Amino acid sequence: MISLVQNEMIKLVRKKRLLIVTLIMGVLISMFTYAQLRETQRLQEKLGTTDWRSTLQQEIIDTQNRLSGSQISDDWRKQLEIRVAQQQYYLDNDINPSEPGAPTFVRGFIENAIQLLLPLMIMIIAADLVSSEYSLGSIKVLLTRPVKRWKILLSKYITLVMSVSFLILMFGVLSYLISGIVFGFKGWTAPILTGFSVQGNDLNTADVHLISQWRYILMEFGLAWFVSLVVGTLAFMLSALIKSTAAGMGVMLACLIAGTILSSMVSSWNSAKYLFMVNLNLTSYLQGTAPPTEGMTLGFSLGVLTIWGLAGLLVSFLVFTKKDVY
Amino acid sequence: MSEVTLSVKGLKKVIGKREIIKNIDFELKRGEVFGFLGPNGAGKTTTIRMLVGLIRPTAGSISICGYSVSKQFTKAMEHIGCIVENPELYPYLSGWENLQHFSRMIPSMTEERIHEVVALVGLQERIHDLVRTYSLGMRQRLGIAQALLGKPKVLILDEPTNGLDPSGIRDMRKFIRFLAESEGLSVLVSSHLLSEIQLMCDRVAIIAKGEVIHTESVKTLLTQQERLLWKLDPQPAGIDVLKQVTDFVQVQGEYVTTFYEEAEVGEWNKQLIQAGVTVKEMNRKLPTLEDLFIEMTGGESID
Repeated sequence: MISLVQNEMIKLVRKKRLLIVTLIMGVLISMFTYAQLRETQRLQEKLGTTDWRSTLQQEIIDTQNRLSGSQISDDWRKQLEIRVAQQQYYLDNDINPSEPGAPTFVRGFIENAIQLLLPLMIMIIAADLVSSEYSLGSIKVLLTRPVKRWKILLSKYITLVMSVSFLILMFGVLSYLISGIVFGFKGWTAPILTGFSVQGNDLNTADVHLISQWRYILMEFGLAWFVSLVVGTLAFMLSALIKSTAAGMGVMLACLIAGTILSSMVSSWNSAKYLFMVNLNLTSYLQGTAPPTEGMTLGFSLGVLTIWGLAGLLVSFLVFTKKDVY
Repeated sequence: MSEVTLSVKGLKKVIGKREIIKNIDFELKRGEVFGFLGPNGAGKTTTIRMLVGLIRPTAGSISICGYSVSKQFTKAMEHIGCIVENPELYPYLSGWENLQHFSRMIPSMTEERIHEVVALVGLQERIHDLVRTYSLGMRQRLGIAQALLGKPKVLILDEPTNGLDPSGIRDMRKFIRFLAESEGLSVLVSSHLLSEIQLMCDRVAIIAKGEVIHTESVKTLLTQQERLLWKLDPQPAGIDVLKQVTDFVQVQGEYVTTFYEEAEVGEWNKQLIQAGVTVKEMNRKLPTLEDLFIEMTGGESID
């Protein structure tokens, strides 16, 4: 089994997939770092101060002004109200929610990347793990060797799990290093509030507690790893079902994008919460923002994703071991 | 030396409602080259894919060196090497890395064995180049090297000379004969060209529409099917003479066709000359595959 995984890793590395994805990440992170820098500078110019309290106060006032306008949808209003309540809580407890520094950037970046960016990167790898063997024709050599088919597929899946872990690690390391150059490398121990929960239209702060930023980031990366693994598994399943890499990627891409769109409009379609793509934004539960639709909690989303992932894995093994190869 | 290495019994494959393969039986013996002859779409490749476990047969059994492909897959696969259609290996790896890759899938494999097969197919010089840069002939040889890695008893080659240039085809033929005669392998070669099969096989199975319609040693098949073309002047008188000496006389334009019977042809020729007929041309001719089919299926065309 180890030699089979070794085979798969060699192929993956020699195809330069990992390298390409890492490069894409590097470029994107640099772009976002620059954008973040400009944003910070703009705020400082506007407010004429570097004190975070006045910045936060200003943000609260801005949001409240928007709330008083009448042309806001109810969903959006709810989101904003929760945000204001949260910011107020930070202010009252004298805690800076965005301590300047690389760790804060990493935290903000993973929160934004978990729903679309990371799954897309993983998809680039997962979608062609099996189907590339079909398009090359090498599947015919691979499956006529004295190794059972399920072992071959398992070695490919282990390779996927390893690459997901590698990419998440690279994501963290790269975003820390690149943003660190600009924002400084300090801030691991800054306090972060977590445990907000949304009940109806109110923000419940009963369970709110402080943890240091590094623990918070670790939790977020754990969740990001899990999300990436599930998306990777589903792309892997498509790769085993559909011979064409492009078609597999297309389907997966459509699902992911549909997920981001649906998340903002399913508040009245409750059963959509069983779709995997609506449940990708796991870090929002840590932040305490309102979920896309009622009844969704961290546990619920983890459960839904686990079921989808296991089902995908089951389907890929069943199909791959039974299928006729032409 | 007539030990059976591959045996196929009652093989069938149904896809949807169509019966693609109808009841195929044959056996391969040690040290022989067995030809699988049929037009495109006759079921050659489907049969080969069932032999190596890529496609599950609907009915029937395949055993390789006594191991059933469906029940003892890994054991059976240890004794077989194959190239199905084109030799498809990883273009982004070198030839050596490709061989290493597949050697990791075979139990108890040594680096010497890789050196051995590389030398056997004569790829020593280019083995560390990327497969992407190989010519088709070199890929074909690398494919065979891969197939030979596990010291198989049976080698299956699907259209091995497809796309090769004449000298490549000649080398391939020699190599296949060498494997069978010196290494004692059973080689199954599929082709849609009779001339190909004639030059390298010992026995041949003719397959059409998913059925084996004839299994025969190549020698017998050829002597039975070979024809002689005559160009005679004057033709009508010549035909009369030939009709007296042999039963089968066919006229096609300016040519007259008879069987080719080595012992008697000289005599026929003499009689023609005595009757004052000039023999302008005498030509031995192998029937085309199409002729063979028409002969064997009683006028049914291939399509």
